[in-house]
Amino acid sequence: MTDLDAPATAVILSVDVGGTFTDVVLQDGPRRSTAKVLTDVVAPERGVLRGVEQILDRAGLAPGQVTLFLHGTTLATNALIERKGAVTALLTTEGFRDSIEIGYEDRFSQYDIYIEKARPLVPRALRLTVAERVLAGGAVDTPLDEAGVLAFADRLQDLGVESVAVGFMHSYANLAHERRARELILSRRPDMAVTLSGEVCPEIREYERFTTATANAYVQPLMRRYLTGLETSLAARGFSCPVLLMTSGGGLTTIAAACDFPIRLVESGPAGGAILAVGTAQDMGLGNILSFDMGGTTAKVCLIDDHRPQASRAFEVDRQYNYMKGSGLPVRIPVIDMVEIGAGGGSMAAVDDLRRLTVGPESAGSTPGPACYGRGGSQPTVTDANLLLGKIDPEAFAAGTIRLDAEAARSAVLTEVGAHLSLSAEQASHGIAEMVEENMANAARRHAAESGKTLEGRSLVAFGGSAPLHAARLAEKLGLTDVVIPPHAGVGSAVGFLRAPIGYEVVRSHVSPLSTLDPAGFETVLTEMTAAATTVVRMGAPEGPLQHTGTLNMRYVGQGHEIDVPLPPRPFDATARAALRRAFEARYTQLFGAPIPGHDLEIVDIAVKVEAGSRLADQAAPLQTVTPHAAVPHAMRQAFDPATRRMAEVPAYDRASLRPGATLQGPAVIFEAETTTVVTAGFAARIEATGAIRLRAKDRGQPA
Amino acid sequence: MTTEIEFQIMWNRLIAVVEEQAQTLIRTAFGTATREAGDLSAGVYEPGGKMIAQAVTGTPGHVNSMAKSVGHVLAKFPAETMAEGDVFITNDPWLGTGHLNDVVVVTPAFHQGALVGHFACTLHVVDIGGAGGGASRQVYEEGIRLPILKLASRGEVSETILDMIRWNVREPVQVLGDIRSEIAANAIGCRRLSAMMAEFGLDQLDALADYILDRSRAAMLARIRALPRGTYDNEMTTDGIDRPITLRARVTVTDDGLEVEYYDCPPMVELGYNVPYCYAEAYSCFGLHCAIAADVPNNAGSLSAIRVHIPENTMLNAPDPAPVQSRALMGQLLPDLMFGCLARIVPQQVMAEGSARLWSVRFTGGLGRVKADPAKLAQARSFNVAAFQSGGMGARFAQDGLSATAFPSGVRNIPVELTETYAPVVYRRKEYRPDSGGPGQFRGGLGQIIEVSGREEVPFAVVTSFDRMDYPARGRDGGLSGAEGRLHLSTGQALKGKGYHQVEPGQRIVIEIPGGGGYHDPLLRDPDLVARDVRDGLVSAEQARAAYGVAITPDGIADPEATARLRAATPAPEAAQ
Repeated sequence: MTDLDAPATAVILSVDVGGTFTDVVLQDGPRRSTAKVLTDVVAPERGVLRGVEQILDRAGLAPGQVTLFLHGTTLATNALIERKGAVTALLTTEGFRDSIEIGYEDRFSQYDIYIEKARPLVPRALRLTVAERVLAGGAVDTPLDEAGVLAFADRLQDLGVESVAVGFMHSYANLAHERRARELILSRRPDMAVTLSGEVCPEIREYERFTTATANAYVQPLMRRYLTGLETSLAARGFSCPVLLMTSGGGLTTIAAACDFPIRLVESGPAGGAILAVGTAQDMGLGNILSFDMGGTTAKVCLIDDHRPQASRAFEVDRQYNYMKGSGLPVRIPVIDMVEIGAGGGSMAAVDDLRRLTVGPESAGSTPGPACYGRGGSQPTVTDANLLLGKIDPEAFAAGTIRLDAEAARSAVLTEVGAHLSLSAEQASHGIAEMVEENMANAARRHAAESGKTLEGRSLVAFGGSAPLHAARLAEKLGLTDVVIPPHAGVGSAVGFLRAPIGYEVVRSHVSPLSTLDPAGFETVLTEMTAAATTVVRMGAPEGPLQHTGTLNMRYVGQGHEIDVPLPPRPFDATARAALRRAFEARYTQLFGAPIPGHDLEIVDIAVKVEAGSRLADQAAPLQTVTPHAAVPHAMRQAFDPATRRMAEVPAYDRASLRPGATLQGPAVIFEAETTTVVTAGFAARIEATGAIRLRAKDRGQPA
Repeated sequence: MTTEIEFQIMWNRLIAVVEEQAQTLIRTAFGTATREAGDLSAGVYEPGGKMIAQAVTGTPGHVNSMAKSVGHVLAKFPAETMAEGDVFITNDPWLGTGHLNDVVVVTPAFHQGALVGHFACTLHVVDIGGAGGGASRQVYEEGIRLPILKLASRGEVSETILDMIRWNVREPVQVLGDIRSEIAANAIGCRRLSAMMAEFGLDQLDALADYILDRSRAAMLARIRALPRGTYDNEMTTDGIDRPITLRARVTVTDDGLEVEYYDCPPMVELGYNVPYCYAEAYSCFGLHCAIAADVPNNAGSLSAIRVHIPENTMLNAPDPAPVQSRALMGQLLPDLMFGCLARIVPQQVMAEGSARLWSVRFTGGLGRVKADPAKLAQARSFNVAAFQSGGMGARFAQDGLSATAFPSGVRNIPVELTETYAPVVYRRKEYRPDSGGPGQFRGGLGQIIEVSGREEVPFAVVTSFDRMDYPARGRDGGLSGAEGRLHLSTGQALKGKGYHQVEPGQRIVIEIPGGGGYHDPLLRDPDLVARDVRDGLVSAEQARAAYGVAITPDGIADPEATARLRAATPAPEAAQ
């Protein structure tokens, strides 16, 4: 086993398999190189190996020299969205066959009578029941009908079932029946993949727990095949290093753990992006940041305080209805809490019959794509607007791979927007850009409000192909004065993996009123949970110090929604109750203004996270002293000036030729292969030692 | 010109503000109705009391009646007497949202020292005192009534008022917790509104409010003017209380909006099933809004294009002090009545009739709440918990109806595991009810079958007010009715839909929730879809044959030849409507 804490000799490969491209990053000591190959949709591991071999060849390295292999993949997410997972059966408590389809019995859209709900992953014919019943609190009401379970197991072959989820009522409180059911199924079908709802999501609320279990079961055979296949192929090619997987929670985990709970791998790409933002903040000494990731179809924002992304356990896969809350499948797993909205370069603009300008959430995608792609798209998009506003170089878009047709963009914007609102093409484009920026600003505001946090004073870290175009204006709308565009933003997730800690989170429901809490018993539970998480982490990081963090979900007795409260220092003794109350009241006040006097509290569940430190913390490029100097524009361009509402000349810079220390004043545009950074009139920019572009609001003085 | 886009941007922001107000309410509330089921509403108003934006989480019966509440508060406490930090409260059925359980809280919003608007929210508290369960003969028996009161003066909450409430309700912790969360939610709204106004450099909301209200009214009128002029009527018979009740209405399309007229109105009833005007108006407007202008925001502007006329002193316009506790029973049926009017001109924009009325129940038990040996009851848990449950929605013109989904109500159910945690009851079954969806080319949504027993060795009680047991949801254009609802004990003993039912140890209460009506002739349904429903156990082979004329092979697929024979021989069903 290679020593993970020896960065000087570390050779790390990081691979992110996306829907279209597989991104590969090689970190060889201080040197970093990147490669992009097309994703092999049929056998993703082939694409991975191709990219990996390409980049190693270029670097003159052999597989045996690689000390760590980091990996993230959208395979699980895509299987869920495209409904291409395993044929899955659900074994559930008699009487509850339809829980995963009945859901919350509500409509996610109040006035729309044409909605359809997300289809459950397991059709009714494969939802089978068995007599058993556990009551609230965990007492057994009806013993498990073992013969019934065996009969179920014997039917699996005929039904063509490849994976089984077991979801029994109140199993979060008593897992015995689910465990016994697994034993019985495996006794007949030792090869069967079996997911227990109480293991994958030990939380009250049957619909979400069962749905999480079916989602895990649904992707498990596929992910097992892929991960073990990849492991074998890597070994066959001479790789001897550990392979770690990026999780939705922003930590790294082992192949073995990932095979048990593959549902924890969904959304690893966005998590990698958030970790990149964390790394940027660490390198540049930023405190609280707002990460802003905007691509072709969606934008994601995430709050990161003191280098810790906000965690959550509520997530919805595949919001099929315009990203609308409630239109997807709920999955309860540890995730980095971010808000995603349908706002990207491809988001389409239109005027509705109230003459309201709308942008997104529908996206033109890559086919037909924005009107300016000239592939038949006639609906104007954010990219078309940016082109007409002079923010995109039509000759150099996407490294010159697509030549943009400004006339097509103009005609689409005029026909679909300008004509309805009596606006010129440029004014309409400005309206489109403003509207998408406002939508993102609202999402960020709401996210901050729901988290009980403020945006004030944060640095905005922007990455992804579309974010640098809108970051400065978004910052203005949010009252932020500091914007950072890190280098290598185009392969942001894979770069992010390099910075991710090896970590694992264990969650347990533990309903207990504070007034009757037994500190010693509570301490025992915490110790057990920490040990369980440590075992997983030690598989990937055998040595080195570990970080422990704990979160309690607590509420007033009688409330239905919990708030996350940081675990006060351990060990717990007689003063624990007072400490817990203080911690809760502080958090409640932060969220809702004032505590409620005289109410008892209760703990609902406990999350314990164990992390080995991020491996690259010491490896950031040494900060050289840089000499400030004025950057030289490579051209003047016509761009829209919001103050005069007209096109005006602005200087254009080439990012590749800007050296650290270069400074420039807005309004300006900085072009690079994958994107453009727009510097609005209110900002000045400078290139940092790390290669990041940093924008500072002018009225806050020149960049430091 | 850009000012127009700026207005639109501010409008979007205002919607974000009320969403946050509603989220705060959900996250801090104590009652399950609010925090789990989303039975609440939140909105922002211009200084004169017109609602300019609402949260989408709202319940239609709340939202549209609450739209008028701020006006009532202003009538009693004029704007110039209001100070920053004041909070008003009422649960008056005629000034709030239709019954005493709905507590409305109104908070004037200030920016730079000046009153710029108002926030209001409402939620359903689990208990408000009184006899409960619709058995009242006057509103006085339905609980404590709060006239419009100043609950907080310059930030100082009146402990006197809270104390008065505390000692008049059965669940004071939940009820007072809910009221405090309403205060907090409005306060968040005020804070965000002020921040927004600072950012956009506004010192008042009036211009923005005018823009929003004019735009919304114009959009609603445009939709109405696109409809053929004329008067379209409909009638619908419901189970009623002791005997059936027929509702009749006509909708007239004019250049100036829709005139809704209820005629031959049923007289008031002696029990609490009467409806205050505000609530009948709210659900009438909601149904019309869904059908003709789903994407037009709901606010005072769009609402002003619809006028609802109901004769006074009738069941749907019952004056103070009529008993109105269970006004939702009739109210929730009104959108279906409206759809029936519009079906004559825009059949593709309406649904067949659905289960409509929520089939929610209240579980209660403990000393003084059920009849049993007091010595035994003294040891039993005392509880009072609502569970929200829904039947099938009507089929759409070209889509099946949604099964087990609330409409027109906007609430969510409460997870069974939570209900069982809060009350000593055990759900033995909660599943789709096969054959309950009304047959049609597009099938009505299925209802549910629910069985519940007690957990302790004492009886518990279930309070219900159901409809569509005698008169099921009708199909449209040849579509058939959904299955009617049923309520009985596991002993087989039938129970009345509206009442208080005691369930003894060892017994179960069995709730069979109605399905929605079908749309178009079931003989036109794709036989493969019928076969799929049979394989899934949603439709029996018998119903497939009898109603759809589809023969299913033992392998569960449609037999084309036998199906053709059956369909040729089946007479067209009697058009339901």
